[in-house]
Amino acid sequence: MTWVLVVVLALGTLALKVFGPLVAGGAEPPPALVRVIDLLTPALLTALIVTSAFSTEHELVIDARAAGVAAGLVLLLVRVPLVVALLAAAGAVAAIRLLG
Amino acid sequence: MRASAPLVLPTFALGVTFGLLASPVLGVVPALVMSAVVFSGTAQFGAVSVLAGSGGMPLAVGTGLLANARFLPMGFALAPSIDGPPLRRALTAAVVVDASFALAHQGGGRFDPVTVVWAAPLQYAAWVGGTAAGVAGASVLNDPGQLGLDALFPVFYLGLLLPELRGSSRGLLVAALAAVVALVLVPVAPVGVPVLAAAATALLGLKEPS
Repeated sequence: MTWVLVVVLALGTLALKVFGPLVAGGAEPPPALVRVIDLLTPALLTALIVTSAFSTEHELVIDARAAGVAAGLVLLLVRVPLVVALLAAAGAVAAIRLLG
Repeated sequence: MRASAPLVLPTFALGVTFGLLASPVLGVVPALVMSAVVFSGTAQFGAVSVLAGSGGMPLAVGTGLLANARFLPMGFALAPSIDGPPLRRALTAAVVVDASFALAHQGGGRFDPVTVVWAAPLQYAAWVGGTAAGVAGASVLNDPGQLGLDALFPVFYLGLLLPELRGSSRGLLVAALAAVVALVLVPVAPVGVPVLAAAATALLGLKEPS
């Protein structure tokens, strides 16, 4: 049964990814669609950020992660390199958990 | 490929986390094979968390697929930027991940397919390698939270998001709406639905900018 899960998820994900480019590849989209496409990136990224920072499965939680993400945000806003912000955020979370 | 180098660290860390969580639920070999053939954290975490909560196999499959449903609109967003014969278009789209999608975004409805393709081998190596490390470490380290690895992904996505928002008041508005939609749905909707529904806030673009 585990293998059924693995195979179905692999094929299903592949199908979801290639469907659009196969049916609409290379075509020039109308201007309204271009605006939607450009907004899709910030919408998706923001949703991924808030769900990975403030939730555990179906619960909304503010925990050490939130502090780490806040630290990362401040560092990124002052244009610190991404790798530094990542290490600082992980370090902050690890430290809070160690002390808490 | 150089541009995608910072993607390696968070992807590896997430892979480690997946390996740690999945190997007791699925077994060592299926956990590794899953990362190698599914190559998508959201679907894999979703499916495994259902099984770990004894939710049953059909629910696990459904959760995993729903978690990845966002790739359908993402594929349509990429489509105009990918030319060439169908096989070439399919292969380019097949290797896209959230991070390379954002990294390849150039504005004006365009994406750079070269960025998507070149990010893939590093992403794949980091994801599968991270899973292998996690599976190996499952007996030693049982709480990946100790290392703060779970903070890497949101911060990494922030690093991709901030340049998108500079000078775009509409981008800011959509991001704020997306955050609200996603968080409101987390307690009530299946895994994957909050992100998918939040993506729909991009439809604000249908309206002419004033």
